[in-house]
Amino acid sequence: MAAAIAIQHLVKTFGRTRALDGLDLTVETGEVHGFLGPNGAGKSTTIRVLLGLLRADAGVTRLLGGDPWRDVATLHRRLAYVPGDVTLWPNLSGGEVIDLLGRLRGGLNEQRRADLLERFDLDPTKKGRTYSKGNRQKLALVAALASDVELLILDEPTSGLDPIVGEAFRDCIIEERASGRTVLLSSHILSEVEALCDRVSIIRAGRTVDSGTLADLRHLTRTSIDAELAAPPNGLAALPGVHGLDVEGTRVRCQVDTAQLGGVLAELTRIGVRSLVSQPPTLEELFLRHYQAVP
Amino acid sequence: MREALLGAGELVKLALRRDRIMIPAWVYALTATAASTAYSFAHLYDTPQSRLEFAAGVASNASTLAMYGPVHDPSTVGGLTAWRLVAIGATLVGVMSVLVVMRHTRADEEAGRLELISAGVVGRQAALAAGVIVAAIASVAVGLGAAVGLIAVGMPAAGSIAFGLAWCTTGLFFAAVGAVAAQLSESARTANGIGIGVVAVAYLIRAAADVGPSWLSWASPIDWAQQLRPFAGERWWVLAVAIAASALIVWGGFVLAARRDLGAGLLPPRPGPARGDLRGPVALAWRLHRGTLLAWTVGFAVYGVAIGGLADGVTAIVGTSDSTRRILTEMGGEKGLVDAFLAAAMGILGLVVAGYAVQAVLRLRVEATALRAEPVLATRIGRIRWAWSHVLFAVAGSIAILTAAGLGAGLAHGLRSHDVARQLPRVLGAALVQVPATWVLAGVTLALFGLAPRFTAVAWGVLGAWLLLGQLGPVLKLAQWAMDLSPFTHVPKLPGSALSPAPLVGLTVVAALAAAAGLGGFRHRDIG
Repeated sequence: MAAAIAIQHLVKTFGRTRALDGLDLTVETGEVHGFLGPNGAGKSTTIRVLLGLLRADAGVTRLLGGDPWRDVATLHRRLAYVPGDVTLWPNLSGGEVIDLLGRLRGGLNEQRRADLLERFDLDPTKKGRTYSKGNRQKLALVAALASDVELLILDEPTSGLDPIVGEAFRDCIIEERASGRTVLLSSHILSEVEALCDRVSIIRAGRTVDSGTLADLRHLTRTSIDAELAAPPNGLAALPGVHGLDVEGTRVRCQVDTAQLGGVLAELTRIGVRSLVSQPPTLEELFLRHYQAVP
Repeated sequence: MREALLGAGELVKLALRRDRIMIPAWVYALTATAASTAYSFAHLYDTPQSRLEFAAGVASNASTLAMYGPVHDPSTVGGLTAWRLVAIGATLVGVMSVLVVMRHTRADEEAGRLELISAGVVGRQAALAAGVIVAAIASVAVGLGAAVGLIAVGMPAAGSIAFGLAWCTTGLFFAAVGAVAAQLSESARTANGIGIGVVAVAYLIRAAADVGPSWLSWASPIDWAQQLRPFAGERWWVLAVAIAASALIVWGGFVLAARRDLGAGLLPPRPGPARGDLRGPVALAWRLHRGTLLAWTVGFAVYGVAIGGLADGVTAIVGTSDSTRRILTEMGGEKGLVDAFLAAAMGILGLVVAGYAVQAVLRLRVEATALRAEPVLATRIGRIRWAWSHVLFAVAGSIAILTAAGLGAGLAHGLRSHDVARQLPRVLGAALVQVPATWVLAGVTLALFGLAPRFTAVAWGVLGAWLLLGQLGPVLKLAQWAMDLSPFTHVPKLPGSALSPAPLVGLTVVAALAAAAGLGGFRHRDIG
C-alpha cells in the first residue's frame, strides 16, 4: 500500500528564514506516526504545507496519493486536522463549531459525536469566547475524531488537556488505529508518543534527524549498566562500545552501545555477576540526544 | 485610585510604541488637510469680495449647510477654512479617539493580552487610563499639528489655536465616549460599533441643528467645535463645556470599569445551542457578518428617513437674497435645489457604505490572522469558495444598506412632498447608483488581500483619499483627471440628472477585474 504521507527534501523559506531545510517524512497507511522536534523545528510548518495552506519552495510532497497544494478539495474530504492553537469564533457555541467543521468536511458520525462529547466531558452550549484553552482543544478533537476520514493530522493535540482527558484521547487514538486510520501526531508528551506511535520522526532545524520504530531508534543508542561483580574487572575499557566507564572496586557503571551489548555482557559474566541493573535508553534520553546535538 | 492606576505609565509607553505608525498617520493627514485647505482658499479666493461671493453660494445651499455647517465669517480665509473643516475634521478625530481607546482596552482584553498584563504589577484601571491617555495624546497632537499648520500658511494665531483646540477637545470627548463603550460589550467589534455610532449620531444632530432648530446644536459635541467659532470671534468658554462633559463621561467609564470582571461586559453571556445548523461557508459568513450588516442597514434606514425628511425644507431655509435666487434658478429652481441636496447626501452615503464594503472584505484578513481560516480551509472548502463567502457580504451588503437608505429617504421625502409614487423610485435609484462605486473599493480591498495581504489597511487609505478628493477637489479646483481617480466622480448625480448606464457598467467591470486579480493572487500565496 502506498504511503499516506511522503515528503522528500521539502524546503520552505519565509523571507531569509529557512523554516524547512530538506525535510523528509514518510507515514505509512494505517500507522500512528509520532512527529517530534523542539519548538520552532518546523513541525507546524510541515503540517501547513500538508494542508495546502503554505506552498512548498522545493521538494516532493505527496498526501494520500495527491498533491496537497493542487488537490485541496479532494484531499481534505479524506482528512481531519486539529491545530496546535485552536481559536474559535467568539459568538458561536461549541456545538455549532463542531457541526460546522463536520459539515464542511463532508459529514460527521452522529454516534461518535455524542460519544466523544461524553468521553471528553465537554459542554457544547458554551460560546467560543468562554472556553478555556483545554476545552477549545477538546472541541477541535471532537470535531476531528467524529468525522469518518482516513487521515488525522494532529498538531500537539494534548498540550492543554488534563490527565483524564489525555487518557481518553489515548484510548481514542488506539481505537482509530484499530479501525485502520492513519494518524500523524505531533507531540511533546513523550509518554504519549511511546504509548501510541508505531514509528516516529524526529526533526530539528527543518531537517529530519532520525526516523524509525522506537526499537530502531533505541538500537542506535546506549544502554546503561550498573553491576556488582565477583572480582574487580580489567579489560572492560578495551571492549568496543563501552562509554563512561566508572569502576569502584567491584562495582561497575557504564554505558554500552546497544549493538555491542552481547560482548560486554559476556565479559561481565566471565568475571561473575552478583547483581545487574540494565536500563534501555528512555525516550527522553533519545530526544535530548537529538535535540541537543549540534548539527 | 493611585493603586488602581499603577503601571499606567508603562502601558502608555507600550501603546505609543504599538501606535507609532497609526497616530502619526492620523496627525499628518489631518494637519495636511487643514494647511492645504487654508492655503488653497487663500489663493483661489484672494479678495474679500470673492470670498463673500463664494460663501453666499454655499450658505444658500442646504446640502452644504447640512454637511459642513454655517459660515460664521465669510470675509476671511480662516472663516472659510473653519467652515469647511471644523465639523468634518472633528468627526474624524472622534473616530480616531474611539478606535485608539478600544485598541488598548477592550480589544486587548478580548484577545487575552490584558490578562497577561494584569497579572503583573498593574492596577485594575491602568489599561483604561492608558487607553484614554493615548487617545488624549493623539488628540492633542492633531490639534497642535492643525494649529501649527494653519499658522505656517499665514493664518491668524488666535484662530489657528482655536481651530486646533476645536479638533482636540472633540477628540478628548470621544476618547471619553470610547472609555464608556469599552465597558459595555465583551466584543471589541461591538464596542467599536457603539463608539463610532455615537460619533455618527453626534454628526447627524449637528447637521439637523444647522438646517433646523438651533437649540439642538448644544446637544452635539461636534457642534461645540463649531460653536468655538475659530477665525470668527473665538468663544473660548465653549472649551470649558467640552472639557467638563468629557471629564464627566470618563469618570463614568472608570466607575463602570471598577464594577466588572476582567473580560466581562455589562450583559452576562448566554449559553448557545448544543447543535449547529450552519450548512457551509456562506452560512458561517452570515453568522459573522449579520450583526454588523443589520446594524448598518437599520442605521442607514434611519439616516435615510432623516435626509428625506429634511429635503423638502431645504428651500425654506435658503435666504431670499438676489444671489441666492440666482443660484437657485441656475440649479433648476426649487425642484433642482431639493434634488441637488438629495444627490449630495446620497454621494456621502455611498462613500460611507464603501467603508462597510472594506471592512466586510477585510474579514478575510481577520479570519486568516486569527488562525480561524485554517480549520475551515483544512476541510474540502477551497480557498476561492471561502473567500467568496465573505466577499458576498461586501457585494450584497452594499446593496442592502443602500436600499434601506434609499427606501427610508424616498418614503420620508415622498410623504412630505405628498408624492410617494414618484419620489420613492427616484430617491431609491439615487441610492442604488452608488452600489458599483462601493464595489470598486471592495474589489481594490480584495486585490490587496490577495496580492499584498500585509498592506490590506491601505484600503482605508484609498477610501480616505476618495473622501478627500470629493471634499477638497472642488475647493482646490483639481484637474478632471485627478477627480476621475475616485469612482464616486463617475456616479450619475441622481436624482435630477439623466441616468447614464455606461459609468455604472464601467465601475462594475473595474471592480470585477480588481476582484479577479485578488482571487488569483490569493490562490497562489501562503495563508496567514
